[in-house]
Amino acid sequence: MTPFTAITSAAVRLPLSNVDTDQLLPARFMSQPRSEGYGDFLLHDLSRDDDGDLRPDFALNAPEAKGAQVLVARRNFGGGSSREGAVYALVDHGFRCVIAPSFGDIFSNNAANNGLLTAQAAEDDVEFLLTTEGDVSVDLRDCTIHAAGRRIAFDINPVKREKLLNGWEDVDLTLSRKAKIDAFSDRDRHRRPWLVPTQR
Amino acid sequence: MPLTLFDKVWNEHVVVTREDGEDLLWIDRHFVHEGSHHAFAKLKAREAKAARPDLTFGVADHYVPVRTRRREDFADDIRTMLGRLENNCAEQNIELFGLDDPRQGIVHVVGPEQGLTLPGLTLVCGDSHTSTHGAFGAIAFGIGASEAAHVLMTQTLWQMKPKQMRVTVDGALPEGVSAKDVALNIIAKVGADGARGHALEYAGSAIRALSMEGRLTLCNLSIESGARCGMVAPDETTFEWIRSRPLAPVGAVLEQAIEHWRTLQSDPDAAFDSEVSLDASSLVPTVTWGTSPEDALPVTASLPDPAKTSDQAKAQHQREALDYMGLRPGQRIEDIAVDRVFIGSCTNSRIEDLRAAAKVLVGRKAVVPGLVSPGSSLIKARAEQEGLDRIFVDAGLEWVEAGCSMCVGMNGDLVGPSERCASTTNRNFRGRQGPGARTHLMSPAMAAAAAVTGRLTDLRKLETGAAA
Repeated sequence: MTPFTAITSAAVRLPLSNVDTDQLLPARFMSQPRSEGYGDFLLHDLSRDDDGDLRPDFALNAPEAKGAQVLVARRNFGGGSSREGAVYALVDHGFRCVIAPSFGDIFSNNAANNGLLTAQAAEDDVEFLLTTEGDVSVDLRDCTIHAAGRRIAFDINPVKREKLLNGWEDVDLTLSRKAKIDAFSDRDRHRRPWLVPTQR
Repeated sequence: MPLTLFDKVWNEHVVVTREDGEDLLWIDRHFVHEGSHHAFAKLKAREAKAARPDLTFGVADHYVPVRTRRREDFADDIRTMLGRLENNCAEQNIELFGLDDPRQGIVHVVGPEQGLTLPGLTLVCGDSHTSTHGAFGAIAFGIGASEAAHVLMTQTLWQMKPKQMRVTVDGALPEGVSAKDVALNIIAKVGADGARGHALEYAGSAIRALSMEGRLTLCNLSIESGARCGMVAPDETTFEWIRSRPLAPVGAVLEQAIEHWRTLQSDPDAAFDSEVSLDASSLVPTVTWGTSPEDALPVTASLPDPAKTSDQAKAQHQREALDYMGLRPGQRIEDIAVDRVFIGSCTNSRIEDLRAAAKVLVGRKAVVPGLVSPGSSLIKARAEQEGLDRIFVDAGLEWVEAGCSMCVGMNGDLVGPSERCASTTNRNFRGRQGPGARTHLMSPAMAAAAAVTGRLTDLRKLETGAAA
C-alpha cells in the first residue's frame, strides 16, 4: 500500500451530510472485479441527471475537480453498508483524503486498509473549508490541514495514522504472530467445547 | 472491576494486545456471501487458504432471484455472482447454504435459524447488518473486504475496543408498536452517526419482553445509528431458541455452554460511556420520511419545515430529503400515498414478522402491488404450513422465495424511479431500492396497513375500523 505523508491538491467540496455508501457506490456496480477500476462509479447517480448525463452543477464534475485528491463533506460520510467498493470508487477516482466532521466506522476501517485518509475535522472548520476555493494541503505527520491561509487540526485514530504513514497491511503483521493464534485456538477448544458446529 | 456484557465477551477473545492498544480478536464465526468476491480474490492473489473453513459458512442471498429458482432463467451477471460464490466456497472447503439448499436464506436469518449464532461468540460478515446476531449476546459486526480476507487467512481481526453505550427501554410496548418502532425511535433520538465508535447494549424490561425475532430486528438496526454492533444479554428466551436448532450444541455440551452463557450479563455497577433511555409505553407506530433512517417520526406527525429549522446543515438535509422524496414541508404523514410495499429483508422477514403482516391483511385487499419475501426457505415452508401465503396472495400481494431482494435490489427487484415504497427494510438511502426510488421504513404490520389503504397509515386506526 502507498504510504501517506502529505499532499497538496485541488479539492472537491460537497456540502452534503450523510453521503452514505449507497451514494458513493450504487449497489448495481458491486459485482465488478476491482481490476476493471471503480473510479467511474463514484457518486454515480448523484453526479448525473435523470437522463444519465453528468450534472455540470455537481462539484465532482466541475473542471477544477480534475485531479483532486481531497474531498470535503459534511457529517456521517460513508455511513451505511460495509461495501469496500465505496472506498475503491474514491481511491480509483484519485482521492487520497476525505475531510468530514464524522465518518461511518466500517468505512473508515476500509479506508485505512486502502491508503485513504479519513481526516475528522471540527464542524466549524469543515463549514469553513466548504466556503473556500483552491488547493488544500493535508499533512498526516502533524495532523493538520492548510487552506485559504488557515491552519486546521484534524483527528484520526493513532493506529490508522501509523498504518497509513507506513503503508502497512494487517495480514503480514498478523501472520508473524501465528504461534500465539494457534496457542489461543488450542486453549479455546477445551474452554469452549461447543464452539465448532457439528452436523447432525 | 465490574464488567459489561461486551467486556466479558471481548476479553474472552483477545489473542494478543499490541503496544498501540489494538487487540487481535479471535473470530468464532465468519459468514460469506456473493458480495464476498473481493475477499476471495485477495486470497487468490496471495495463493492463501482459509485458515478455519469449519468456522466459515457461505450463504447465497444478495443476488438470488426470488421469482424463479431455475438457473436458466437468471440474468447472466446473477449467474456469474452465484457461480463465483459456489466456486470460492468449494475451493476453500467452506460449507455453502446455496441456491438449491433447503436451508438457504438471508445470512442474518439463516445463522440464528440453524443454531450457528450463539451467545458469547465473535461473529463477522462482509455486511453491515451483521449486527443482527448480537441479539444472542454475541459480538457481531460487519467488515469490509480487506478485513474479510484477513479473517479468512487468520481467523482473527485487529480491533480497537470501542466505547460502550447502553440503551435502556423500560415499560410495555403499546398495541401496534413493535421492535422496529423501538429501533427507529432509538435512531431518531441518537442520530444516524450518534452511536459511531460505540458498541450498544440494549437493556430494560421492554427488551427482556421481546422475542428472539424482535431482538434480531432491534440489533439489526444498530448500524443505522452508527454503532457497529448491538447486544442483548442472553436469557431463557435465548436458550429456548437455541435448544431446537440443527447446528447448535446438544446434551451435556449444551448444558455446559448455557451455564457459561448465564454469566454473560453486565455487572450491576458496570460503567458505560453513555446512556440513552426510552419509555416504551410512549411509543407510536413510526415511519421514516426522508433519506436517512434518523428521519423517523410517529405516523401521526407532520413533516418538518426546513424554513423553521435553525441548524443550517440540518435544514439543508431536510430540503434535499423532501425534494428527493417528492414531499412538502409540513405535509401530514398519513396523507402520503404509496405505490408499492415490500415485506422482507434481514430486518423483518422472520415468521413473527410475516404473522404480523398477515394479521392485518387477513380478509382485506391490497390496493397497491407488493412483494413478500420470507427470510429463509425454511421460514417460507413454515409460513405456508400456517396458511400465511394464502393470506398474502388473497390480498393481492406476490409471495416469493427467500433473499435480500428489494431491500437492496441487487437481484433486479427494484422500486422504479420516483416510485414510493412502504418497506420493512433497513435503509431509506437515496437510490437504495433502485435509482430514484423513494423508501419509507416501517414495521411489517405498518407496511401491510399501507398496502390496504394505499397510503402511510396508522395501523391502530385500521384495526379499530371494520375489516373489509
